[in-house]
Amino acid sequence: MRRETPQRLADYGPLFFPAMMLVVFFVVPFATMIAVSFFQRQQGGFYVPAFELSNYQRFISLFFANVLGFSLMLAIAVAICCVVLAIPFTYLLTRMARKVQIIWLVALLSVLSLSEVIIGFAWSTLFSRTAGITNLLVMAGLMSEAKALLPSFGAVLTGMVYQAFPYTVLVLYPALVRLDPTLTEAARTLGASPIKAFFTVVVPALRNTITATLIMVFIFALGSYLLPQLLGRPQHWTLSVLITDQAIYQSNMPFAAAMAVFLVLVTLGLVALTVMAGRKGEAA
Amino acid sequence: MTSALSKVYFFLIGLFMALPMIVVAGVSVNAKQTLAFPPKGFSPSWYGEIFLNPEWRNALLASLTLAILSAALAVAIALPLAWFLWRRIAPWANIFQLLGVAPFTLPPVITALGLLTFWATTGFYGQPWTAVVSHAIFFVTLPLVTLSLGFTAIDRSLVEAAATMGADDKTIFRTVVLPLILPYIVSGYAFAFVLSLNEYIVAYMTVGFIMETLPIKIFNALRYGYTPTMASVTILFVATAAVIFSLVARFGDLPKLLGAMSSDDT
Repeated sequence: MRRETPQRLADYGPLFFPAMMLVVFFVVPFATMIAVSFFQRQQGGFYVPAFELSNYQRFISLFFANVLGFSLMLAIAVAICCVVLAIPFTYLLTRMARKVQIIWLVALLSVLSLSEVIIGFAWSTLFSRTAGITNLLVMAGLMSEAKALLPSFGAVLTGMVYQAFPYTVLVLYPALVRLDPTLTEAARTLGASPIKAFFTVVVPALRNTITATLIMVFIFALGSYLLPQLLGRPQHWTLSVLITDQAIYQSNMPFAAAMAVFLVLVTLGLVALTVMAGRKGEAA
Repeated sequence: MTSALSKVYFFLIGLFMALPMIVVAGVSVNAKQTLAFPPKGFSPSWYGEIFLNPEWRNALLASLTLAILSAALAVAIALPLAWFLWRRIAPWANIFQLLGVAPFTLPPVITALGLLTFWATTGFYGQPWTAVVSHAIFFVTLPLVTLSLGFTAIDRSLVEAAATMGADDKTIFRTVVLPLILPYIVSGYAFAFVLSLNEYIVAYMTVGFIMETLPIKIFNALRYGYTPTMASVTILFVATAAVIFSLVARFGDLPKLLGAMSSDDT
């Protein structure tokens, strides 16, 4: 059956249920959130309809600038670490036998599907004094006594890289698996070492993929809301943590909504900027 | 030398991925209620605790119910949409494809907060079924992506042949399209199911004050009292995810599902 334009109203039938669900339960809630961000907060956690900009005015403070700056910096650091680790890994993975690939993919999917709660719990155990990795070092005689490695920035970064690494591999996988193997073969025939061929042929051929992956991992890392809380100190809290905190514990929905709207705008803005920069780079 | 180097690299990455799970597995078999590693004594009783302790059992049942229902609803939303987009030329309908991908792409806290304000405004806040709908919308992306991929793999001439022989749309869908798309329905369902089982923030913001799913229960235990049961639940979750994804790989083409070409043409 060829694809046809819908002729009768009945042809739109299959679209009705999905469209209704997505509009009612995604578009409307999103719009509600934007509306609430202008509402006025009342004592006791309720809010009344109003048109106030005060929720947004609260952003103009040094505290907020610090949190935003830290969130962006952390997400960029996670994105760079993951992409640097994942490119050689994924490249080598796609060159392996299909059976081996499947085992790794199942393992990566299993880690990827883990709850942030579980990842946070696992790493806080691993970095703790009583059950941590330092106990193994003591047993091996490398350290004199066990100590806690958290809360610290290193713990937050490690946890978030752990969370985002499988995601990065799965984003890179389709592009790398379709990469023409004759490219590297040609480089090898001409005398390049495998490592040289990787850096001079594979990496440049993937420039656009790498940019796109960086953006996707960056957005993924921006969404992390529990790991900074579980593994870091309050100064390591990100915008996502603050939004959850305001919405749940401070019961200030309008302010939480305003921060969420702001986070969406920052995310979209950065993506647009990077895409534009990528286009310019290509044209040049 | 490069093959040795790549083996070392794979070993280190594998260790990085497995290390937290090894420690948690060790913690989960402590004899007493401590989170010591290496474990002091050996006792599998913390695994029994998941099913015997009513609090953990209720959380497990709540999580399972939520995952089973919301993954089914997600597939019910994604299947007609993917079918329509494959069957018809209607460029404006692609907006719904975008809407289906958006909830999962944006930071999860945003989708969670949107749904929280929505349920609070409409007065349904705290009803258990709101969590099912919320998860279905949040995870609709997964079946939508696998199903769109599945439809592009269907040879249109098969469908055309059926149409020439006089089958109508409904018959074609039931006898030709459905059997071909079934593996993709199953894998889309599996992805949504596993992720729903592990999801914390959306569940917490919609029904967190009324009921506890397992991730919420683990988080509360992190705050108000550590127990090795947290570790045994974690291991149970990893094992469940690994088994489900292995089954998907066993009965479907996992590399292809994740974007590689099918095994026939490599």
